[in-house]
Amino acid sequence: MSDESIVQRETTGMQTVPDKHKREPSSTEEVLKQAAGKPSDRQTVGDITVANPKMVCRNVNVYYDDKHAIKDVSLDIGTNEVVAFIGPSGCGKSTFLRCLNRMNDTIDICRVTGELVLDGQNIYDPRLDVVQLRARVGMVFQKPNPFPKSIYDNVAYGPRIHGLTANKAELDEMVKGCLEKAGLWKEVHDRLDQPGTGLSGGQQQRLCIARAIAVSPEVILMDEPCSALDPIATAKIEELIDELRENYTIVIVTHSMQQAARVSQRTAYFHLGDLIEVGETEQIFTNPRHKLTEDYITGRFG
Amino acid sequence: MGDERIMTVNTDGHTVKRYDEALARLRSQVMEMGGLVEDQIARALKALDDENVGAARDVVGRDHKINALEVKIDEECTQLLALRQPMAGDLRMIMVISKAVTDLERIGDEAQKIARMVVQIYNSTSSSPSYRLFREVFSMGKLATNMLQGALDALARQDVDKAMEVAQGDDDLDREFNSAMRHLSTYMMEDARVIGHAVNVIFMVKALERIGDHAKNIAEYTIYLIKGKDVRHTGPGEAGDEARGEDD
Repeated sequence: MSDESIVQRETTGMQTVPDKHKREPSSTEEVLKQAAGKPSDRQTVGDITVANPKMVCRNVNVYYDDKHAIKDVSLDIGTNEVVAFIGPSGCGKSTFLRCLNRMNDTIDICRVTGELVLDGQNIYDPRLDVVQLRARVGMVFQKPNPFPKSIYDNVAYGPRIHGLTANKAELDEMVKGCLEKAGLWKEVHDRLDQPGTGLSGGQQQRLCIARAIAVSPEVILMDEPCSALDPIATAKIEELIDELRENYTIVIVTHSMQQAARVSQRTAYFHLGDLIEVGETEQIFTNPRHKLTEDYITGRFG
Repeated sequence: MGDERIMTVNTDGHTVKRYDEALARLRSQVMEMGGLVEDQIARALKALDDENVGAARDVVGRDHKINALEVKIDEECTQLLALRQPMAGDLRMIMVISKAVTDLERIGDEAQKIARMVVQIYNSTSSSPSYRLFREVFSMGKLATNMLQGALDALARQDVDKAMEVAQGDDDLDREFNSAMRHLSTYMMEDARVIGHAVNVIFMVKALERIGDHAKNIAEYTIYLIKGKDVRHTGPGEAGDEARGEDD
């Protein structure tokens, strides 16, 4: 084939471009335009919005004293979806997670600005009852931390203080239901009066999940829930997350990229306080658009 | 064998150095396999041109090397998937290599087929065929060789434009194949004595046409490798243009 014909083909190829394969509105520039008010060099790649948001976060900044820990992060958390936050240590993913139920309030030097909205309600509204908020947005921590009480009382604690049940029979029913949902009932039903701290690590973590869902939250935040667990206990928690997704919105911070890939529908990558990229989990792990995301998930830690 | 090709794609920079090394080894083996396959086609066509049955037999005998490389590379791909859980660009690279070696192995088989035909043609008791029967074999051979070379270069250098050019070039080869079939039918109708040779030639041009298809596949995998878009069965123009347009 002659050089001429090559040139010719190339030109025709460029002219016949149906837009079927054009990138959807998520083309970088457009998303950038959507996230208004952000400096251009700090634009999150990918679509930060979802069709059916449970929580809407806009231009969130977090400072620890003068340290700028979260830099102008905007992100939607979709209803009944599992969102994974990934990124190296110190990237701000846990800090951002803790903004979602105002856990950062407990840190004196911490200051949060921006908008965080749960079902249309600004959760940083000073009139808002933080205890009520944390009932709606529950949390599970890295290390299982059951109360030094019986298995039964661990789960019953929340419903009791929030007055969610009318009598003992109702409370019994609720405890059973939560332990079933957490996949723990079969293992503990005959020893509910024994201390929660006597369970194995994986069981303790599932007890904490049962405790979290006992107050009927809408969102569950999980901060590295499996980092202290063995692979079998981890698999059980991951299966549980998948089941819980039907009724709850879940945000999980994890250091295991494989875990993020396994459990989440959307993945957000944080780096030095910036939300670098967010997208469908399949896309993030097969074809990330930002070089920093690619470097991190492929194991190139610069 | 052509110049040695080195895959320039950056698979370096992993914190785990042995991962870098394993990926580098994988890449160089694919390029080695590509070089072997190119060489087989060139030798088969030369054997036809030189009427050299011995050289054609050598080509047939060398195919096992290509098969062995396919098995080896595939095994290393599987091991990398199991041991490293590759993601993103690394994952696409391994998937693409694993698929490309299948196509390369098939191209090797087609080259072997051509060589077998050369043996049959010059080993037969009938008189040597008229050279005009082979005209399209050589022109198609050139096109197919160019496509394969282009596909391997594009893969080695991660060159989207080149990959697109190869994928589109397959139409030329198909046209040439159709015209070869028309000519060969005409010759056979004109003179039934050429049928024996003509059938062998048909097998050869068919093999070359298939080589073009496999080269096109490799080019399409390359576009996927670079851009993360699967352009198979869509016509490469669309994704390719996008690929060119948006370079992030």
